[in-house]
Amino acid sequence: MEEFFQQLTNGLAVGGIYALIALGYTMVYGVLKLINFAHGDLFTIGAFLGLTLLTSLGLTDSIGPVAGLLVLAVMVVILVGVVGFLLERIAYRPLRSSPRLSAVVSALGASIFFQNAIMLIWGARPLVYPHGLLPNVTVNVFGAELPLIRILMFVISVLLMCGLYYLTHKTRIGTAIRAAAIDQGAAKLMGIDVNRVISLVFMIGPALGGAAGVMVGLYYGQINFTMGWLYGLKAFTAAILGGIGNIPGAMLGGLLLGVVESLGAAYISIAWKDAISFLVLILILIVRPTGLLGERVADKV
Amino acid sequence: MLLELRDLHVNYGNVEALHGINLTVNEGEIVTILGANGAGKSTTLNSICGLVKASKGEILLDGKPIHTVPAHNIVKLGISQSPEGRRVFSTLTVEENMELGAFTLSDKEKIARNKEWIYDLFPRLLERRGQLAGTLSGGEQQMLAIGRALMSNPRLLLLDEPSLGLAPILVKSIFDTIRKINKRGLTVILVEQNARAALKLADRGYVMEVGNIVLADDADTLLSNPDIQSAYLGGKGH
Ligand SMILES: Nc1ncnc2c1ncn2[C@@H]1O[C@H](COP(=O)(O)OP(=O)(O)OP(=O)(O)O)[C@@H](O)[C@H]1O
Ligand SMILES: [Mg+2]
Repeated sequence: MEEFFQQLTNGLAVGGIYALIALGYTMVYGVLKLINFAHGDLFTIGAFLGLTLLTSLGLTDSIGPVAGLLVLAVMVVILVGVVGFLLERIAYRPLRSSPRLSAVVSALGASIFFQNAIMLIWGARPLVYPHGLLPNVTVNVFGAELPLIRILMFVISVLLMCGLYYLTHKTRIGTAIRAAAIDQGAAKLMGIDVNRVISLVFMIGPALGGAAGVMVGLYYGQINFTMGWLYGLKAFTAAILGGIGNIPGAMLGGLLLGVVESLGAAYISIAWKDAISFLVLILILIVRPTGLLGERVADKV
Repeated sequence: MLLELRDLHVNYGNVEALHGINLTVNEGEIVTILGANGAGKSTTLNSICGLVKASKGEILLDGKPIHTVPAHNIVKLGISQSPEGRRVFSTLTVEENMELGAFTLSDKEKIARNKEWIYDLFPRLLERRGQLAGTLSGGEQQMLAIGRALMSNPRLLLLDEPSLGLAPILVKSIFDTIRKINKRGLTVILVEQNARAALKLADRGYVMEVGNIVLADDADTLLSNPDIQSAYLGGKGH
């Protein structure tokens, strides 16, 4: 039972990361009907920027570990948001009215560009986050000893998701984002500046991905320039699982995938950890291509 | 004169859809645009809203050019459209759709007042305010599309085939509503397949054929025009 609970909570923590990244895929898909293949690399950039800022600014020493990490995360979120904004301006906007394939090629190109840029700036070898930033303690939850960082990671992911849900579902600009995802022309008729909405989405998605990057760095300690590929693919699976374009779907899909993967690795075989995700992807594409929460309403004509 | 189109040309790629049309709308009028499928009626409305751009010619509102204004700024000038096919935001609620109609307004009280009189106009929408727009019936969606367009306090309302696919009783109710909102001082351009009803409601009418305006006259005159009767009113008038 203890083992099960450990695996479950680990799955939820990792699933929170998948969910944060999946939100970027799903929101961009929502407004542009495009898979942003460079999204995983924005997550990687977040992890590397986090490390650089951590070691160069020494915030955790000057203002304490918790405040320091918080300030650091905010900085990373803003910086990666800016990178996302520029990515859309440079790689996608000029191709807005071109055939779909051009944008897909551009997305793949942007991914290759980012990976190489990260490698040139930070090197090809893995880097490690400093140890002992957060006290290495465990917390007793329902009789199980859980690492503090695991709990923090899950709580922060959930808070970020709640914040995003509030933004997209309870505010005017959020409603405008969802409207632009449904029908850009009709959104313009409402007075919504669709280009601004798209820019905003390309800042929010990468910002969440960047935050996930920092958390992965802190959780696993080690980062490398190709890490965005596997995380990106899993988050993409999570987005499809929840129903691509659907914001609550991406959250659910991420958490679910994290749990399934973690339990599968524990009770089937650790070697199957990554294969399980792709098995899930294949199954969902066959059985329910719209995902768990996709296409709830059929459009009446 | 509220609105004037001068020698308006619109292209889709290399194909010209409007070949230089002239059209005027006076304050307080209901003007109808008739024409067969593909004549260019929706294109005309969409060019006024900035969704498609004029390749030549001008669109003037109160004498000032608006054809270079981006689509999302048109509604602030007092023009709004209930588009062909309704295009309600299907996965948003009725209430959210209505609020998006007032996206350019910031005065919360004004938004609330607008909502109140529009729900008054379409009580059915009030009953269904929490429901997803995609689950409404066709007629309800049409009401929502019109109500949503009214939420921005427009001076000029463009209606693209509001009666399409509706039962006759609903058509009558939609046309009554158009008359009602016109009485409140709103100027209306009405594109319709239902030519007889449209001409009865309108002050003036334009007839389009393959990207040109071929006839423009008072609605009554058009109603009794034998060519119009045979082409758009299903045979001889009575
Ligand atoms: N997005 C588009 N791309 C290319 N051609 C278009 C587009 N929209 C309209 N057209 C063409 O422009 C012409 C006018 O179309 P429009 O939709 O304005 O006609 P309409 O009078 O509204 O017809 P209907 O009664 O069927 O709604 C048609 O030949 C149509 O095929
Ligand atoms: Mg049309």
